[in-house]
Amino acid sequence: MERASQVGDLAAIGPRLAGLAERIAGDAALLRRGRYLNTSCQLIIGVESVLLRIIDGRVAEVRQGSFASLSAVFAIIGQPAVWQRFLAADPPPGDHDLFAFLKRRELRVVGDSHPLMSHLLYFKGVFACLREAPR
Amino acid sequence: MTAAIEPIIGRYLHLDYAGRDHRIYFETAGEGIPLLCLHTAGSDGRQYRGLMNAAAVTGRFRVIAFDMPWHGKSSPPAGWQDEEYRLTADGYTGLVMAVIGALGLDRPVVMGCSIGGRVVLHLALRHPRAFRALIGLESSAHVEPYYDTSWLHRGDVHGGEVAAGAVSGLVAPQAPIADRWETLWHYMQSGPGVFKGDLYFYGIDGDVRDEIGRIDTAQCPLYLLTGEYDYSCTPEDTLAVARAVPGARVTIMKELGHFPMSENPALFLSYLEPVLADIASRG
Repeated sequence: MERASQVGDLAAIGPRLAGLAERIAGDAALLRRGRYLNTSCQLIIGVESVLLRIIDGRVAEVRQGSFASLSAVFAIIGQPAVWQRFLAADPPPGDHDLFAFLKRRELRVVGDSHPLMSHLLYFKGVFACLREAPR
Repeated sequence: MTAAIEPIIGRYLHLDYAGRDHRIYFETAGEGIPLLCLHTAGSDGRQYRGLMNAAAVTGRFRVIAFDMPWHGKSSPPAGWQDEEYRLTADGYTGLVMAVIGALGLDRPVVMGCSIGGRVVLHLALRHPRAFRALIGLESSAHVEPYYDTSWLHRGDVHGGEVAAGAVSGLVAPQAPIADRWETLWHYMQSGPGVFKGDLYFYGIDGDVRDEIGRIDTAQCPLYLLTGEYDYSCTPEDTLAVARAVPGARVTIMKELGHFPMSENPALFLSYLEPVLADIASRG
């Protein structure tokens, strides 16, 4: 069941989510990496989620809410404080890459990992777009 | 137009090793104490291009880097099409010793990174008198696997793309853009299943935790240098080796990751030169 997103876990990255589609659309190299990618990805941040629908490498939809179950091909799950560290500007050593968090089991991938693993550089580019601007 | 030829010379060695003929590509630059360099899993000797072009190093050291069989410009042995490549501790250690013998290197310094940083620990245990010194970059006694390596070799995922994606975060954010992508390009060029096969040594067969306490640095000095952004072989992993090996000298390198010699050659040299000076002063 979906409910309206509340100010909370997602508040910090809300503005960056709003500009994500446009930012990716303006990145020719990222679009080229993802040009054959059609999938959906759910970022689960505590009890809230962001659903990204990707068509031909472009972010076609960004939907926020609380989904009771996996609503995408795959999901990346973590607590809000972990996501905050991952998406911080200039993260310190160990907080600078998805795989570092996976290694420490602070983030987990569930569902079908194929779109993620076959387009790792693309998704790492998307996450870079979600990072805070360097201070 | 400008043009410049680097002082690196490349040749091929035919080596009969483990009952098979291997055509092995190697490069050399400089004169002096032999310094044999070992590349990381799934890459090749180009990672040492900065070192081989550094006059401060090549004025005192003969730098040699070879591509392991299956890697870079070295061929897999005849019949490769019917087997799965897998690097073992015995095979890797024996290969390094065979190359040293074939090239006639007298008590070389051996410097290896990642899997190369692991194998120097095996070399220290098995052949402590064969080396002037050993240098382990991103050196650990063991690492726990943190992703399913079967993704690295399957028909529905591009092996080069996934390998580069898997290691891209191991390059420090401060790395110069060109060197970052050169480092990833080497991974993109790796043959099918080669990176995965190397990781068999890194994650399973090369586990040397129970043995490193026997390394005798009085017979063979051991230097360990690890980048602070390396989350594969973490600084703590290297410090654990240093704690277990009396006399090992350890440096944690700022603003560097898992591929220091390739991702940021100039910064890496600032850490390596004191080590090489120390080795040279030992005679």
